[in-house]
Amino acid sequence: MKTLVCFFTSSVGRKFLMAASGGLLFLFVVAHLLGNLQIFLPPEAINNYARYLQNHPELLWPVRAGLLVLLGVHVWAAVTLTLENRAARPVQYWGRPAPYGASFASRTMMVSGVAVGAFVLYHLLHYTVVVEGLSGTKISLRALKAQHDVYAMMVAGFRVWYVSLLYVVGVGALCWHLAHGLGAMFQSLGLKNRIYGPWLDRLARAVAALIFLGYASIPAAILAGHGRAHLQQVIERIETAPERGTPPAVRTPH
Amino acid sequence: MKVTLKVWRQKDAQSPGRFVTYVTPELNPNMSFLEMLDVVNEDLIRRGEEPIAFDHDCREGICGTCSLVINGKPHGPHRGVTTCQTYLRSFKDGDTIVVEPFRARAFPVIRDLIVDRSALDRIMWAGGFISVRTGSAPEANSLPVPKDVAERAMDAAQCIGCGACVAACKNASAMLFVAAKISHLGLLPQGQPERWRRARAMIEQMDREGFGACTVTGSCEAVCPKGISLEFIARMNRDYAVALLKGDSPVRAAAAL
Repeated sequence: MKTLVCFFTSSVGRKFLMAASGGLLFLFVVAHLLGNLQIFLPPEAINNYARYLQNHPELLWPVRAGLLVLLGVHVWAAVTLTLENRAARPVQYWGRPAPYGASFASRTMMVSGVAVGAFVLYHLLHYTVVVEGLSGTKISLRALKAQHDVYAMMVAGFRVWYVSLLYVVGVGALCWHLAHGLGAMFQSLGLKNRIYGPWLDRLARAVAALIFLGYASIPAAILAGHGRAHLQQVIERIETAPERGTPPAVRTPH
Repeated sequence: MKVTLKVWRQKDAQSPGRFVTYVTPELNPNMSFLEMLDVVNEDLIRRGEEPIAFDHDCREGICGTCSLVINGKPHGPHRGVTTCQTYLRSFKDGDTIVVEPFRARAFPVIRDLIVDRSALDRIMWAGGFISVRTGSAPEANSLPVPKDVAERAMDAAQCIGCGACVAACKNASAMLFVAAKISHLGLLPQGQPERWRRARAMIEQMDREGFGACTVTGSCEAVCPKGISLEFIARMNRDYAVALLKGDSPVRAAAAL
């Protein structure tokens, strides 16, 4: 038991936890991307997928709880190690030269990490909790969510150019984090050597770039007009269906 | 040629330090960086000033005693050399050169450019040894070591313990040093009995000394005068994970002394 405590107390042990939690969070990033790319299929695809998740809380909530725990471990390890790392050099070099031979992404993991954290918070408030004030559109995302029309909700959300820009910057920070993190994860876990190590680093950067292109393609396509017709149909359908009780206001009055 | 030096002067660990600027006497471009400091010191002594204290010993790049961070890079502008093998021809006449000690909490300044690197010695005491019977040397061929394994062990054993990895790392981490020592012994058959306990004991001592952790930036590898590879850090991490899961107490390694 005392030995296992070392995973939480020693520097290398916390690097294991950081790498393992980061690796599992990366798997979520891939799965989430694959789910979201269904936007390029007919609207039923992503809507059925979303409905499936909503109808299976026994699946959804353990995954959410697991992600929260992983994020907690990742952030805790990062914060404690960073504080120790800073304390390890109380006096800086003259002119604070950039560390020799270190890539920009590797030197700025804390910056990119904090940026990703802020972006995830906005993303959750925007599309999961659905705080209307954050969406920047007159179309009510909450009303579209009530219709279980995730497709229309995404289209409505990303048609606001500055929201789309924020998402591109957010996933950019994520991929900047992954470009170094994916390779460093194998190093921290001790799963790297001189035979495949250099290829692993190249692969990490390539995967990070692919993830970025995948995520950025969604707001880009929607700004270019993808899904506009469907959104229009849905809005008209909601507005011209008063017989089903009181429909939620799709557009705010002003 | 002449250069302007901006040198860190500090009386002792307790006193605050500061940069002092010196214009050197006429220098030969083929002088080593340390010979240049000798000339500057002779000049300072002649003028009745306190000479600049700096570490040096073999002056041929193999002992690991010389240090210095020159213009922000440990051991000067070149790759794969120590400060004593850095020559003035690498600088231009009239250059201003900033000279600082290795900076880390685990390396307190003793005086001027000399820092106390005994933290690295204490890491070695924690596990950087093998337990063998002393006495006459064994027959060389009684313990076969494959050539590629011997060469990898030698790649790690090249580490001269200068501490440039710590000085360069943005986290002042000593992991390249510790990884080189753990790998050097752990690769050879003679190092197997203490392999797991050694990894644990040395890493735990490293943490106690107040070094930072690795963020895989690769600065250490880039400044290492002996070109020790980052690969050894991955190997060290692997050995540490196995050591934790095996559950051997690191204390027993110290008891073997």
